[in-house]
Amino acid sequence: MARQASKSSLLFSGSDWDFKTLSRAYDAIEAIAVEELHLDTYPVQMEIISSQQMLDAYSSVGMPLMYRHWSFGKHFLYQDLLYRKGARGLAYELVINSNPCIVYLMEENTMALQALVTAHAALGHNHFFKNNQLFKQWTDAGAILGYLDFAKGYIARCEERHGLTAVEAVLDSAHALMAQGVFRYHRPPKLSSERQREGLRERLEYEERSYNDLWRTLPPSQQRVSDKEQEPERKKSLNLPEENLLYFLEKNSLVLEPWQREIIRIVRVIAQYFYPQGQTQVMNEGCATFVHYTLMNMLFDRGLISEGAMLEILRNHSNVVFQPAFDDPRFSGINPYALGLDMMQDIQRMSTEPTAEDRDWFPDIAGRGNWREILLDAWADHRDESFIRQYLSPTLIRKWRFFVLGDVADQPHCQVASIHNERGYAKIRAALAHSYDVGAKRPDIQVVDVDLLGDRHLRLQHKVNDGVLLEDASRDATLRHIRRLWGYEVSLAAVDAETGATIHERSTSQITE
Amino acid sequence: MPIFIDRRLNPKDKSLGNRQRFLKRAREELKRSIRDQIRAGRIADADAEHTVPMPERGTGEPSFNNARNSGRRQHILPGNKHFSPGDLIPKPGQGGGGGASSPGNTASEDDFRFVLSREEVLDLFFEDLELPDMVKLNLKEILAFKPRRAGFAATGSPTNINVGRTMRNSHGRRIALRRPKQAELDAVLREIATLELVPSGAAASQRIAALREDLDRLERRRRRIAYVDPVDIRFNRFDPQPVPNANAVMFCLMDVSGSMGEREKDLAKRFFVLLHLFLKRRYDRIEIVFIRHTHLAQEVDEDTFFYNTQSGGTVVSTALEEMHRIIEERYPAREWNIYAAQASDGDNFAGDSERCKALLNGKLMRLCQYFAYVEIIDEREAHIFRTTENGTSLWRAYSEIDVRWPNFQMSRIATPADIYPVFRQLFGRQLAPLKRA
Repeated sequence: MARQASKSSLLFSGSDWDFKTLSRAYDAIEAIAVEELHLDTYPVQMEIISSQQMLDAYSSVGMPLMYRHWSFGKHFLYQDLLYRKGARGLAYELVINSNPCIVYLMEENTMALQALVTAHAALGHNHFFKNNQLFKQWTDAGAILGYLDFAKGYIARCEERHGLTAVEAVLDSAHALMAQGVFRYHRPPKLSSERQREGLRERLEYEERSYNDLWRTLPPSQQRVSDKEQEPERKKSLNLPEENLLYFLEKNSLVLEPWQREIIRIVRVIAQYFYPQGQTQVMNEGCATFVHYTLMNMLFDRGLISEGAMLEILRNHSNVVFQPAFDDPRFSGINPYALGLDMMQDIQRMSTEPTAEDRDWFPDIAGRGNWREILLDAWADHRDESFIRQYLSPTLIRKWRFFVLGDVADQPHCQVASIHNERGYAKIRAALAHSYDVGAKRPDIQVVDVDLLGDRHLRLQHKVNDGVLLEDASRDATLRHIRRLWGYEVSLAAVDAETGATIHERSTSQITE
Repeated sequence: MPIFIDRRLNPKDKSLGNRQRFLKRAREELKRSIRDQIRAGRIADADAEHTVPMPERGTGEPSFNNARNSGRRQHILPGNKHFSPGDLIPKPGQGGGGGASSPGNTASEDDFRFVLSREEVLDLFFEDLELPDMVKLNLKEILAFKPRRAGFAATGSPTNINVGRTMRNSHGRRIALRRPKQAELDAVLREIATLELVPSGAAASQRIAALREDLDRLERRRRRIAYVDPVDIRFNRFDPQPVPNANAVMFCLMDVSGSMGEREKDLAKRFFVLLHLFLKRRYDRIEIVFIRHTHLAQEVDEDTFFYNTQSGGTVVSTALEEMHRIIEERYPAREWNIYAAQASDGDNFAGDSERCKALLNGKLMRLCQYFAYVEIIDEREAHIFRTTENGTSLWRAYSEIDVRWPNFQMSRIATPADIYPVFRQLFGRQLAPLKRA
């Protein structure tokens, strides 16, 4: 013990870092993480970058490789502006869900920060990426970098062959539908290998070359059956209704060329890759924050980091988990770091020092002392919505002083619906969980019908929940993009989810350019 | 043990391509925005970074979004202090604090101002003026000359004789040709003197005769071989070395009488901006003098120049006189490169054009590096006037000056695209005569 406390046992001293120290710190942190928290991670690749490169990474949605598109330039300008004005600092790190897990470290960080970031990203996020069910099922960490490399090269080749404008037009339209370009309910098809895709492209090109217009002139073999009879058959053959608009357009659009389909596919795959991240913000950040906080304290307890470094770490930690109240000018929504950390620490507390209330609400957790297993299970199985629905305790609701505000569009007042009292706990928990449900937050738009042999009018349906309609201007602009990809008329019907009544219908023929 | 990769030395500006694509996409709108800013701003400010608002068209990224003002929804907020269930809270209006829901990030992302670099600004500005790339990149130098030592020459003016070098040559020549030294003559003279002092016999007088002959020979030789011969003489040689002259003054002359409208002033301003940009790249310091005139000329500041109207007749010569007065007073032509640009619609008081011609011929053209006259004409008349030498009395008078002075240029401008040819004349053809001057 005495030896441990001596100066030589410190992982680092001073604020400067070098690669040897980084490596030593990582090894020590990882050892504790495995031993104490039973974390299970991908191998780690740490990359040191400058602030300029961090800005670059921001603008290409955080990926190390990305195809070129003007919208990334626009985001870059925006981030650059915020950074230059000092309105926003840059993140200390950026982590990519890939195998090996890539962690970007900023060169400006002090050694204490690098240690914090290592625990946060290289272990916390990394564990979450590797073990969480959503990431496991819906994204392919091993293949993503290879796929992006392919995507970047493919789009660059398309630009050479077909011109920048043509490629941009497809990308613009596909980007507009990114939120509607994911499979939410069934598992997405696995990424095919480069060889399979190559084979598919060759086949499509062969079909193009060997197309014979003569077949079109053959008279139809039999009388067409009436529309009504045909409808179920038709929908079945097209797998309608279809929630993934990009997938539907890629497979069924009559006006797209093979390279355009491939581009849509690329956008769709990337959208699918990011889909879980949007659903696990609280969990992902909470997991990483909980891990870094716990690990750093353990390192400190073992005398591996000095008091000065620990103070710096705690200061940064408390900045990260700062949550202003709703009436504070700094308030900008619920801080996922803070909520995630609080919930996970609350689980730890309930399992070791439960109150009577906890025993009542969480009989499976209270006093069992097995918080490590509970957390590992939670990180593996839940997304934000289900995690909150299951684990948000009355203690925490009181601590945060949550309240629910009902907001009906045409009334001048909001009404306080529930507060942190006995009657409100369950309601607040349900409402908060609901607000993290991506399925409920994103407009639900599906392809419901199209007559490929007739007028090819593509019919979309928007299921209106709680009377929340689409914003007019962006809806029209997006419909124009769909029309561009579909080639024929497109209409969108807003249908009330409960009554099934059509609220209104908007067609591209009504929209003037 | 993780893998470490040091990316800091990787090429930066990974997203430069994206940025360029974005600017290209928004080009038209950015161009308009830059043009408006330059139009509204000061001439000297055109050559700097500009902040521009996010273009509205072509850069939107639409997607299906929920309308914020429809339906029933719930907000879950932290930090309740005194609310109880059932309390009514007025919805925050414009700027009201305590917001129910935070504004989405996406809304603000389409609405921000960003900075274009100086190069990007000039690119957008030049594009409209149809400057060829070569001119944009390779601005030609206009030079003043300063003599600089460049070795020695065998010819030159007596004031430039290099004495040291000349004497060295002369010394070498004297040694080579064995010119008798003064000491040798003196020695012979001394010997003769000593011999003559003592009366002696025939041997002595014979010796004296031989010595006198020697003396005579030496003196003749000395006379024949000059002490300094013209071939010895060397002159310091000076080469005219081009040096950029650091100061320039730019006179903007404009007719502000009622006949010059918004469009005319805008065209004139763009012409002035362009001239200023060109000068700025070459000179350390540029001063701009604004002279406006009706039937009276006065020096004014930039705002007054462009935005104040004045009524009155049009007497162009007053502006030229004012310019001459200012040059005499503040800008001696030896120290300043003087540029002048005059914009007018060509109206002039009858008989005054002759006076203008005399002023330019007699005084101003000798002082100016360059004098540009642009006549701003109606777009509808452009096709008529472009082909003919006829025109207003001012135009005809100036035509004669144009013939006589190579550093005078005149042009008719109807659209922004016409502005460039004036510059082509200035920076292309004009260079050679200026150098000889």
